[in-house]
Amino acid sequence: MIDTSITLRLEGIKKAYGIGTKAETEVLHGIDLILKRGEFCALIGPSGSGKSTLLNIIGLLDNATSGKLFLTGVATEGLDDKAITKLRATAIGFVFQFHNLLPAFTAIENVMLPLIAANGYPNDEMRQRAIELIDKVELTQWGEHLTNDLSGGQQQRTAIARALVMNPALVLADEPTGNLDTKSADTVFDLMRTVSKTSGTTFLIVTHDPRLAMRCDRIIELIDGRIDSDKPNITNMNKTQ
Amino acid sequence: MNSLLPFEWILATRFMREGFLQTLFIIAGVALGVAVIVFMSSLINGLQSSIIRRTLDYQAQIIVLPPEEVARSLRETETNQANSAILIQPRAQRLRSVDQWQKVRELALNIKGVTVVSPIVSGAGFVLRADANRAVAITGIEPETYLQLIALKAKIIAGKPELTTSDIVIGTELAKDLGVWLNDKIILQTASGASVTLIVCGIFDYGNKGQNERAVYVALRTAQSLLNLPGGATSVEINLNDPYQAQIVGEQIQTQTGLKVDSWITTNKELFTALYGQKITFFVIRLFVGLTAALGIASVLVVSVVQKSKEIGILRATGTTRIQILRIFLLQGALFGLIGSIFGSAASWGLLIAWRNLAKNPDGTPFFVLSFDPMYFVYAGLGAMLVGIISAVFPAQRAARLDPAVAIRG
Ligand SMILES: Nc1ncnc2c1ncn2[C@@H]1O[C@H](COP(=O)(O)OP(=O)(O)O)[C@@H](O)[C@H]1O
Ligand SMILES: [Mg+2]
Repeated sequence: MIDTSITLRLEGIKKAYGIGTKAETEVLHGIDLILKRGEFCALIGPSGSGKSTLLNIIGLLDNATSGKLFLTGVATEGLDDKAITKLRATAIGFVFQFHNLLPAFTAIENVMLPLIAANGYPNDEMRQRAIELIDKVELTQWGEHLTNDLSGGQQQRTAIARALVMNPALVLADEPTGNLDTKSADTVFDLMRTVSKTSGTTFLIVTHDPRLAMRCDRIIELIDGRIDSDKPNITNMNKTQ
Repeated sequence: MNSLLPFEWILATRFMREGFLQTLFIIAGVALGVAVIVFMSSLINGLQSSIIRRTLDYQAQIIVLPPEEVARSLRETETNQANSAILIQPRAQRLRSVDQWQKVRELALNIKGVTVVSPIVSGAGFVLRADANRAVAITGIEPETYLQLIALKAKIIAGKPELTTSDIVIGTELAKDLGVWLNDKIILQTASGASVTLIVCGIFDYGNKGQNERAVYVALRTAQSLLNLPGGATSVEINLNDPYQAQIVGEQIQTQTGLKVDSWITTNKELFTALYGQKITFFVIRLFVGLTAALGIASVLVVSVVQKSKEIGILRATGTTRIQILRIFLLQGALFGLIGSIFGSAASWGLLIAWRNLAKNPDGTPFFVLSFDPMYFVYAGLGAMLVGIISAVFPAQRAARLDPAVAIRG
């Protein structure tokens, strides 16, 4: 039975780089993790602890060396590129730290791209959907601008709009506020939080900022490729309820 | 975004517009290559067909002769006849007629593709006028058919080649040497002593001194009686719709009649070897132009893949498949080729017009007519597109194989 309340399940995920060479190193040593629907989680840990690696594996951009991964109840083992791409497109939204957007396109077009890629051709509904999301991330005035005209915070909000365009179950954000000033970072963070609460999307956000981590429902700490601690954030729970 | 354009097309065109300068340079490069190839094709084909046309202006495509007897000695005397009048004698005695040439004509006219069949009586002789005396090659012709066979009519500069039995057509050089012009009388004589007084009714200029000096045309009947071949023909000459069928048709006539048959293809072997060599050279040039364009396109795309690796990673992360990435770059290659060939076609069109206006003889006639075929543009377009796609294969594969995790991490 597929448990629809579980967005992600990891069982014993290991990842080694440089397999078969002298430089072989294991960076993830068996990760077990369950993320529930609508959870808003922070992934913290020192630099080099494997956060990005873990995010890439969860996002099906990278393969684990061993272990099992279930996305919305679907086992991902043995899927080919087309199936992986489709699952990734429908179940996952990405927000990266840098270079999130295609500079040859406007903000609205960037948000539309995943829809066009899935459908093959653009249409007016896609445009409507993209405009709605651009409104939602409060970029109404900027929708028709090329992304290089946008500030860092505006670009990240556009990236969030794009991450949400396929209604994914899970949004993975790798230091989405890493190169933003405090004020922009707050805006971007609040936006993600609102989306999570209103649409039930699960978020897993890598952050170095303890202030932001403290505003999440759950804080997972990774140290040297192992989950060191994983606990609900009581202070925050109190705040939102 | 136009809803008629597929995803790959949208990405390919945006990427091309984004790298505007690179796109511009590579399109200019392809255009230059296409222009060179189209222009050279017109030039070479025009040159070759004008050489062939000029060759066929002066000779029939197929010549039927009596069966060979002692060919060797005959040839030797032929080469010497211009120098020595004495040597002409044995040849004149050996002048033979094609047996039942009327039958040969009938047979030839029934062969598909044959357009004209003309009997000829040719032999050596002299023309006399006052003190002047010149050796000439007499050709007795049947004007109705012969003028379709050889471009004599177009070479006439005075009078008309309408020969009655008392007329003669001579070349400009001979006219000058003898000091005669239209309607003047000259005596035509053969070595055997037969002679006749004829009126100059036409003067031609073949643009060749030897021909203008030596060739004279008389009516078939006149030549028959002068050369003592009543009712005979020393050869039957044939033209076809398609000159390149001459060999095959010639062999067919040979087996059916047992006569000796020459085609212009065998008698002009060296010409064909030269033309073929020209074609090969041109092919090699085309190959290298194509190769240069291909390398240009490939290198622009390789650079573009490297520059865009992060964007490719983002696209892959947000639902673009490997195949779609592959197509985006193949399409760019095809578009470089297609757009380049459009500009190249326009440029070569300009070149062709310029050539038409500039490359002229002093008298205003063109050096030679360019053989231009609008299909060249179609071939150039398809060829350039194919070259574009092939050159894009390697960069496109690199793009498609990019590991998104690595690309995004940078
Ligand atoms: N492609 C790779 N090849 C080899 N080692 C890698 C590669 N990517 C990451 N690593 C190593 O894996 C470890 C974890 O990296 P990463 O997941 O980026 O950590 P974090 O995001 O927590 O800073 C680091 O030691 C890093 O050097
Ligand atoms: Mg990282």
